[in-house]
This record gives sequence, structure tokens and C-alpha cells, in this order.
Amino acid sequence: MSTHEKEAGATGRAGLLRLLAADRMATAACAVLLLVGLCAVLGPPLLGDLAREQNLRAVKLRPFSTGEGWEFVLGSDSLGRSVLARLVVAAGTTLSVAVPAVVLSLLIGSVWGMWAGFHRGWRENVSMRIADVILSFPSLLLAVVVLYVFDPSIANLVAVLAIARIPVYLRTARAESAELRGRLFADAARTFGSGNWAIVRRHVAPIVLPTLLTVAAVDFCFVMLTESSLSFLGIGIQPPDVSWGLMVAQGRAELRNAWWTVVFPGLAIIVTTVAMTVLANWARIAGDPAQRWRLTTPKRGRTPRGRGSVPDSAAPPPGRPQPQQTGSRERTAKGTSHGEAPRQEQP
Amino acid sequence: MPDTADTAGTAQTAGTADTVGTADRAGTATGGPLLQARGLTKTFRVPRSASGSTRLHALDGVDLTVRRGETLGLVGESGCGKSTLARVLLMLERPDAGTLRYDGVDPFALRGRSLLAWRRRVQMVFQDPFASLNPRMSAGELIAEPWRSHPDLVPRAERERRVHELLEKVGLRAADARRHPQEFSGGQRQRIGIARALALDPEVIVCDEPVSALDLSVQAQVLNVLTELQAELGVAYVFISHDLPVVRHMADRVAVMYLGRVVESGPAEEVFTAPRHPYTASLLSAAPRPPTAQDDGPSRRIVLFGEVPSPTDPPSGCRFRTRCWKAEQVCATAVPADEPAPDGPQHLAACHLPIQPSDRGGSRAAAHE
Amino acid sequence: MNGQATPGTAAGNGTALEVRDLSVELSTPQGPVRVVRDVGFEVRSGQTLALLGESGCGKSMTAQAVAGLLDPVAEVTDGQVRLQGRDILRLRRSDRRSLAGPELAMVFQDALTALNPVYTVGSQLAEPFRIHERASRRAAKEKAVELMERVGIPEPRLRAKAFPHQFSGGMRQRLLIAMAVALRPSVLLADEPTTALDVTVQAQIMELLAELRRETRMALVLITHDLAVVAEQADQVAVMYSGTIVESGPVAEVFAAPRHPYTRGLLDSVPAGHPRGSVLPSIQGSPPRPAAVPAGCAFRARCPLARDRCATDEPPLTDTGPGRASACHYWKELADA
Repeated sequence: MSTHEKEAGATGRAGLLRLLAADRMATAACAVLLLVGLCAVLGPPLLGDLAREQNLRAVKLRPFSTGEGWEFVLGSDSLGRSVLARLVVAAGTTLSVAVPAVVLSLLIGSVWGMWAGFHRGWRENVSMRIADVILSFPSLLLAVVVLYVFDPSIANLVAVLAIARIPVYLRTARAESAELRGRLFADAARTFGSGNWAIVRRHVAPIVLPTLLTVAAVDFCFVMLTESSLSFLGIGIQPPDVSWGLMVAQGRAELRNAWWTVVFPGLAIIVTTVAMTVLANWARIAGDPAQRWRLTTPKRGRTPRGRGSVPDSAAPPPGRPQPQQTGSRERTAKGTSHGEAPRQEQP
Repeated sequence: MPDTADTAGTAQTAGTADTVGTADRAGTATGGPLLQARGLTKTFRVPRSASGSTRLHALDGVDLTVRRGETLGLVGESGCGKSTLARVLLMLERPDAGTLRYDGVDPFALRGRSLLAWRRRVQMVFQDPFASLNPRMSAGELIAEPWRSHPDLVPRAERERRVHELLEKVGLRAADARRHPQEFSGGQRQRIGIARALALDPEVIVCDEPVSALDLSVQAQVLNVLTELQAELGVAYVFISHDLPVVRHMADRVAVMYLGRVVESGPAEEVFTAPRHPYTASLLSAAPRPPTAQDDGPSRRIVLFGEVPSPTDPPSGCRFRTRCWKAEQVCATAVPADEPAPDGPQHLAACHLPIQPSDRGGSRAAAHE
Repeated sequence: MNGQATPGTAAGNGTALEVRDLSVELSTPQGPVRVVRDVGFEVRSGQTLALLGESGCGKSMTAQAVAGLLDPVAEVTDGQVRLQGRDILRLRRSDRRSLAGPELAMVFQDALTALNPVYTVGSQLAEPFRIHERASRRAAKEKAVELMERVGIPEPRLRAKAFPHQFSGGMRQRLLIAMAVALRPSVLLADEPTTALDVTVQAQIMELLAELRRETRMALVLITHDLAVVAEQADQVAVMYSGTIVESGPVAEVFAAPRHPYTRGLLDSVPAGHPRGSVLPSIQGSPPRPAAVPAGCAFRARCPLARDRCATDEPPLTDTGPGRASACHYWKELADA
């Protein structure tokens, strides 16, 4: 995910990078994700052996006790394996499940949702009923059944998680796209002779996707936790492979005497998720020309508030539309994604 | 420059059409009307209304003619069907009945490439300059957007130059191409909308209340842009508005609509100075007179009773009879046909009891009581 | 015009509403913004004053400040609003509330949102009588029906039991007017009362307002952007631009010979009176944002008369003749031309 984000920044205008640098939170989030990405890519080849190496003389070493060597800086688990090394190696496994699952469900769900919302009618109805069915089915149970029947491989795990999460994107994308198709600029595009897919691509997707990205960032956490539950049940990641979720699951038994085996992987999940949310939120604002100016103003000016309720002074670019006073004559485009909190639909 | 040649061509045909085509109602292929609608009818399904009707009669047998290079003003109150008519003209809606002929061709019969080629010829300027421009796109992208559906029209290398040209044509600067809609004022946005409509070199632009969302001081600027463009490019306008002084300023001919029908049409000056349909007369007298208007309007004001009936169950016969002070038995039973005025064959009114030049004034006084 | 100057508006009529140096500030994250600056006007009983201006010029904000209906983010920072001689801005909240209705009422543009959708219009119309006159339920209902009849709603007794959404736009506006004039206020503020309506219905509503004004001798403050409505309905006009009044005076005089280039520009840009298809004279550019009103004269960037002085000195609203005032350094040039 991190490399993906980075690419998006680099291929975009250089201005985006500058915007990113201006926002300290987003920069930090980006750095965190880069680090996680590096760990995921370089971790297994470099530290793979270390993570598996048992050292029964160094069982349950406390963290930050440097006497035993750098690898035990975060302590060791009940088999004397380095928590640090396992954390680094697990990043790869975790991401290799979570990233494809989130990306797959995001892709399928958003395309499907935009299609359904854009065409309305029976396509919409059928799609929504399917989404309801998937959502009403406990996803964990579904996963258990599927993974028992089939082989608990990473591919199957990804497939199950992706399918379970499709409705989240499907519903959000459908709602937004149904609203956007009636907007005047979509009509305008029809008068040029644009086809339906062209309108979806040009007018619907760019507005829906940022919202979906924010949803995806939050969903990332959910997928990682589901994966850990499955691993705990023994049908997720199979030892000796290790994921953050699995580490939490395995360490839970020893929470009382070796908290670090649980807390550090847990922290890794949280920090990664928060970083993703921050970055997704930043991307949403940066991708919206109407909102972009917020990123260039000093922090003080960025307190959240209802858009347009008060005039903005020097901060926005010249010629920003005047917020309404009479509230009468001018009609502003209603319901754009300006300043809206990302919609989340959790089952 | 291919477009200047094109422009000159259109302007010339416009000239000939004016001289030849005016008396020609049938509309033969050469010199005939550019756009001709006959009996356009469109009903929408709506949730059951108070009377139990589920059909909203938006258009009911609308006849319309637009000639090359002219401005047809379309006047009417809310619910009269003028916006639906605009959407039908742009093929955003398909009429239930009636024919639309564009240069003798029915656009609804076209498919594929020929349909795409036709789309190019009719464009639209929308009422709301805020909602009709995608806020995510820059002015340049917005204006160039039509070319993404018509990639052959302007070579890729030419596009940037052409965008700048269009921006300057509507009174913006070339540098504005990089700015986004929300950085512009309402009037400037409407200019972008006009530039976008021009991008495909259309022959007809349907302007749906293009200035009614704008402030007065900005209205005049946008009207001027439209006037200048017509003189330069010879494009025809269908100018939809409820603002009579604006229509009077812009239109060569007007059509007055009431509840889905055209009740009166003809050369603008004739309709405005000597209305024949009572509805037109009342509309003209009801509009508050601007302080600068010459005093040629009716001296007594007609204040109509009631409001426009719901288009879900319009009155029988003449649609206007429920509010008309001249209404008689016949108005309830028979739908009035278009009758030309005695002094102008172009000036049609669908009324059983049209206002005669002699009783103008008298009827008004009566109406007020 | 059209004999609108009702007989008996001359001496003997007190000033019903007087506003002096009214300023309103909006608080924004970037600091306060003055959206109404030193606005002053007065209306006599039985007369109509039009506050004319484009969207964002502060005319609605002025009306809301007078009516005490400002948004919490906006605040009156200065000035007086004298209603029958009493400065109502200094009154206690409860005292002020007791004035709303019997003394000062307001009609809004959007009649649908101004009526509560879950109550019948009859009970909504009865409310002012219940609150201010402590009328019994039955008496108040009866008065409501009378009122509906007065504003021209057919079958009032039957329609009193209907809900707002069952009325058309014009009828809803009539209801709002009925509610506003229920207690015979001495001042009625009407904020774009006809903008959302069709032309033929607009005429009906304006007629009704004029009738009521004649009947009850209330002072009407008409807030509008429509020059034609002003020309037909108002006695006095105050033209607002960028939060302040730039010209005021009797309508006929101001429109015949404007003394501010903005008024002049507005009048010139009306299509009527220009040959068909001709290029309309227009005011270049667009109004400044309230947060970025330039120093000096706010209109100077769009003004054909602007000179160096306009960039530094803000022209005050000064008398230019009996009953007339203009906020332009060079109004004489317009008057002479």
C-alpha cells in the first residue's frame, strides 16, 4: 500500500509532493507506511531465519534489555524468538494478505457499486440485495467454513476476506454514484455524446474514489484483525509463517507474563492503520481542488467546520466563491464531498 | 484555420435561410429550418397525485422551428415544460410521440458514429453554473471534455491552443485554463459553460435560463457574450427564460408555453407589442416593468387569478381556460388550433378568442375587475 | 410609479423604523469580517423602502439584524435600530421577543421551509394570536381563518386543516404573509418575497403586500435584487453594495437620475430600453468578497469614474439633495451628465 501511495504522489504533479511536505501529519504517516513497506519487502530475506530461530536460553526476554544483543531489543517470546525480527517478517505476511484483500474488495466493490448506482433500476436492486446477503452472513463463520473446506492458503484467505468486504464499498459507491448521475455535469457530459462508462470514469469515479479510499484505510484494520482471528482459530496464516494478527493471537495466552509479545504487534497494526487513515484523508483533500487550499493554510485555519457557513479570508485562492449570505440566488453544488466525513458502512 | 472557414460558411447559410426560409413552414431540405419539432409529447410517471393521476404531461404536442443563426426565445412559467423540451432537443429524453427533425434527419433514429456526429451540432448552456461544472476539473479540462468523446474533431496537439482561444472568445484569459470552477464567480463560470458548449462548433445552443442564476450586473456581461458569439459564429440559440425583458432583448422569434403547449409564437416584436393569446398578454402585463422600459406596455395590469394547474391533470380543451378572463364554453370542449394573426402570418396563437388589436386595453380593464 | 405614492404619506406620519450606523460582523476562523458596514435608513408608516442589491451585498444580513434573527456566527457590533422611537438592540431578549409580531414581522423568500410541515396551517396561523393576545384556541382558529380569507386563500375554513405541502408556492407565500401581518405590525420586513415565484403569481403577491400596507399603514421594507419590483412597488430605495448603502432617495428620482456609478451601471444593464441584440452596457468584473473589500471605495475596481482618491478615501454617504444621498466622491459628474 505504501509504495502504491508513494507512486501516486510521484506520478502526480510535483505540487502534490510539496503539499504532502506541508502537512506534518501526512508526512509522518507516509514515512511510517514506507517503513512498513520496506520491512515487508526486505524483512523476510534478511531476517527470515532470525525470526524462526529459537533460542531457549533467551526465553521471554523483557524488551529494551540490550544485554542479549540488538535482536532482542523488543524482547523475545516463549520460544526465545526475537520479537523484533518476527514483527519485521510478519509485516510481509500481514500485508500480503491485507493489501490484496482490501485492494480486491475495493476494486470490485467500487466498480460494481458505481455501475449499479449509475444505472439504477433492477441492476441496483439486485446488487443491493446481494450486498445485503453477504453482510447478513457472519463473515467469520463464512471464512471458517470456506477455509475448512478448502486449503487454508493465503490465496483462499485473501479471497474470503475480499468477498466479505465487498458490500462495504459497493454500498458507498452505489449511493454516491446514484447521486452524481443526476447532477447537472453528468447531464452536460451526455450532451457531448459521452457514453455511460465515460461519464462514470470522468465524473463519478474521481469523486467517489477518495471517499472509498478513506473507507478502505479503516477497513484495512478490520481485515488485519479478521485475519488474526482466523489465524487464532488455526485456519489463517499457518506457522511457521507469522503475521501480526497471529502474533497477537499466540501471545494472548502469555499476556500476563510477557505482554510485549502482544503489545508490539498490536501497536504495529494500530500505527499502520492510523497512518493509512491519515494519508487517505490527506489524499482525499489533496485530490479535491475545492479543498486543496486547506492544506496550504496554517494549521489554525483548518479547524473543521461546516463549509460555506462563513466567509474565508485570505486563505483560499483568489476568487473562491463567496459563501452565501442571502442564501437565495446562487445555488451551490450541493452535496459534493466537501468536508464531509468519510462515510463508513461497517456491518 | 479550419474553424474560420466553417464559421463563414454557417454565417452565409444563415443569411440565405433568413430570406428564403421564413415563409416556408413545411421546411424543405434546403434553406429550411435547422431544427423542427412536430407534436412533441412527453409524459412522466409520477407517484399518484391528489386526483389519482400518475402521469405528468410535461409536453403535449409541441411544434417548434429553429432557423439557422436565429434566436428562438422560449417563455413560460415553471411547469410549462420548457426544460423538458430542452432535454428532448438535446436527446436527454426521448419523446413519447412527435417528430424531431434536424436538417431533415431524425436524431433519435441515429446510432453509433452518426449519432455522435449529430450530438456535436446541438449543445447546451445550463442554468446553474455551479452544478453543471464538475468541481474536480480545471477550466481547461472542462472545455476540452467534449473532445474526449469526439477525439477526431480537434487534433490533440491543437487542443491547448483551442482551449485558450475559446476562453478568450468568452472573455476569460488563457491563463484561467488551469483554475478550477470554484475559483470563478458565477458569471465567469457561466462563461466557461458557454466556452464548453462552443468546443464542438455546434449549430444550435440551447440556453436554459443562462442568466437567471446570475446577478443583474453580471447578467448583462453574459448576454453580451452570447450576442457577440452569435454575430461571430452564426450559431442559433434556443433561449429559454422566464425573464421577459431578457428574452425580448435576445430573441428574433418567441414561443410562449403554458402547461406543455405552445400557446403563441411569432416574431418577437409582434408577440411582445401585440400579444394575441390572453396568457401572453397577462404574462407581459404581470412582469414588473423595469425602470428604463419605454412606455409601450399595457397601462392596466392584468392580475390573473390562481396559479398554473398541476401538469398531472391539466384542464380539458384550452389549458389556460381556468385562469382566462375571456373563457367561454368552447374553451372547455375544444383544443384551440394555431391561428395566424390577421396582420402577420408568422404570428400564431392557439386561442378560440384571441385578443384583437381593437379590443386591446378594453379587455385589460375588464380583466382587472 | 403607477400612482404608487399612496395619498397621505406626507407629514403627520411618524418614522416607523430607523436604522443608524448598523454594522454586522461575521466571525470566521480568519478573524471577524464586517459584512454590513454603517448602514442607515428610515421608513415611514405606510411607505415602502426597498433595500436593493445583489447577492452577497449584505441586504439580507441587514434585515436579519433588524429583526433580531442573525445567525449565531454573526453579531451586531454597532448601531441603533429604532422601532417607533425605541432602540430595540438595547432591549432585553424577552422584551424584544414581545415586539416580534405586534411591532415587527418578517416574510421570507422560501415559504416552504418557513412553515412547519407537521402542523396544519390553521394552527400555525393561530399561534401568534395564542401567544401575543392570549386568545382561546377557538378564537385564535377563527382569527386564522379570517386571516386566510384576507390574504386570498379560497375556502379558508377547509384549507385551514391542510398541511403546508398541500399548498402551491404562491399560496404558501400568502400564508407566510398572513402569519406576518396577523398582529398588524407597524413594520414588515419582506426578504425577496417573490423571487421563488412565477411571474403571474409574483404580481398577485406584490399586489397583496401593497393592499395590506395601505390598509394597515404599516411600513414595508422590501429586500430585493429586482430593479423592476423596486420601480413599481417602492417609495424610497437604498442601494446596497458590498455591505454598505451607496445611494438612497425617492425611487423615481434615483432611477431617473442616479448619483452613484453603481446605480447607474445597474440601470444601464437592464435589457429593456436597449435595441434588441445590441451590446448591453455592463459593469465589468464582479463584487469583492466580503472578507477582501479593498480600501477606499469598494466599487472602484469596477467604476468608470474611479480616480486615485477612490483608492484611499472611502466616500461617506452624503446628502446630495432633498432626501437623497450618495456615497461617491464624484456624484456631481453623474448629476451633471
